[in-house]
Amino acid sequence: MNALADHAGTTRSRGAEFALGLRDTLPLMMGSIAFGVIFGTLATAAGLSPWATMTMSLFVFSGSAQFIAVLLLGSSAGLWVVWFATLVLNLRHLLYAATLVDEVRHLSQAWRFPLAAFLTDETFAVMERRYRLQGGGRNAHWYYAASCIGMYVNWQFWTVVGITVGSEYPDIKNWGLQFAMVVSFIGIVMPLLNSRPYWAATVVAGVISVIANPLPYKLGLMLGALAGIAVGLALDLKQRGLQPAAEIQP
Amino acid sequence: MNIPVMILGMALINLAIRWPVYLFANHFRFPPLIERALAFVPVAVLTAIIVPTVLYPDDKTLDVSWHNPSLLAAVLAAVVGRVTKNLFATIGIGMVAYLLLRWLLPA
Repeated sequence: MNALADHAGTTRSRGAEFALGLRDTLPLMMGSIAFGVIFGTLATAAGLSPWATMTMSLFVFSGSAQFIAVLLLGSSAGLWVVWFATLVLNLRHLLYAATLVDEVRHLSQAWRFPLAAFLTDETFAVMERRYRLQGGGRNAHWYYAASCIGMYVNWQFWTVVGITVGSEYPDIKNWGLQFAMVVSFIGIVMPLLNSRPYWAATVVAGVISVIANPLPYKLGLMLGALAGIAVGLALDLKQRGLQPAAEIQP
Repeated sequence: MNIPVMILGMALINLAIRWPVYLFANHFRFPPLIERALAFVPVAVLTAIIVPTVLYPDDKTLDVSWHNPSLLAAVLAAVVGRVTKNLFATIGIGMVAYLLLRWLLPA
């Protein structure tokens, strides 16, 4: 177990979990302020009505897919192109759900549905770290819910701001708030690099994602991530003595 | 383009990606090899989000130079993250460094 682990998480009340989940998501909420405002502004400028813009934030709740949709609205792309882009852009959420599923398996479907529907990059990063450092715990799903609600309300609020006053503050995208997401993710990744397979996975993911960045639909992100996972896994199996079949029996 | 249909489709696609793994969690476990691979998801995906964001500040041109404040601040944040293993110190120092560097460095 990680030396930093404290299992206080097992005994906390619902309210305490909820408060901590909000606190730990706060930097990422700050990081998405600019994205929300820019989305609201761009969507309105692209001719999307305020109601359509708001509906998209409320029901799609995926920054990258929403940006692509607005971008493609300006071109003559068809519905299928927008849907294909949404699919490719968000495939990584399948990996997130697969990574966290052991922690939600015991919950009712009524809990699991919102925790799945609201799973963003930011909430994944926060939850992965929480489960790794503190384990699950009786009320851990309240922490998870707080992270989801924080990101969701934040996204709606800043979309409204973008729609209503975005055109008066076109400069907000230059304030550098987006960088809060970068430093948050760095702070989550760095302590994880504790063996060669993890270092290799990071280096390969970084290099491939940069080389492939010019590809459309953020395919570079997915290629980089898959290459990193593949190299990390290969080195991990090799370190375990070239006997993957015997070593990884449950 | 039919906007309501477009939005409905996007919403359904997002659900179709995010929900099934949790929905069928009781009836389904990943094979051991996949479980091992999933251990690399956080470092691989988060890195693949961070590095292009840092090295393509305007999302179009690669900028690996000392004039790129994102790059300098990200390197500093990585060192702080590695040494302190403290998330809030990493965010705080990285963010302050980024804002200062943007102000100090000639565009």
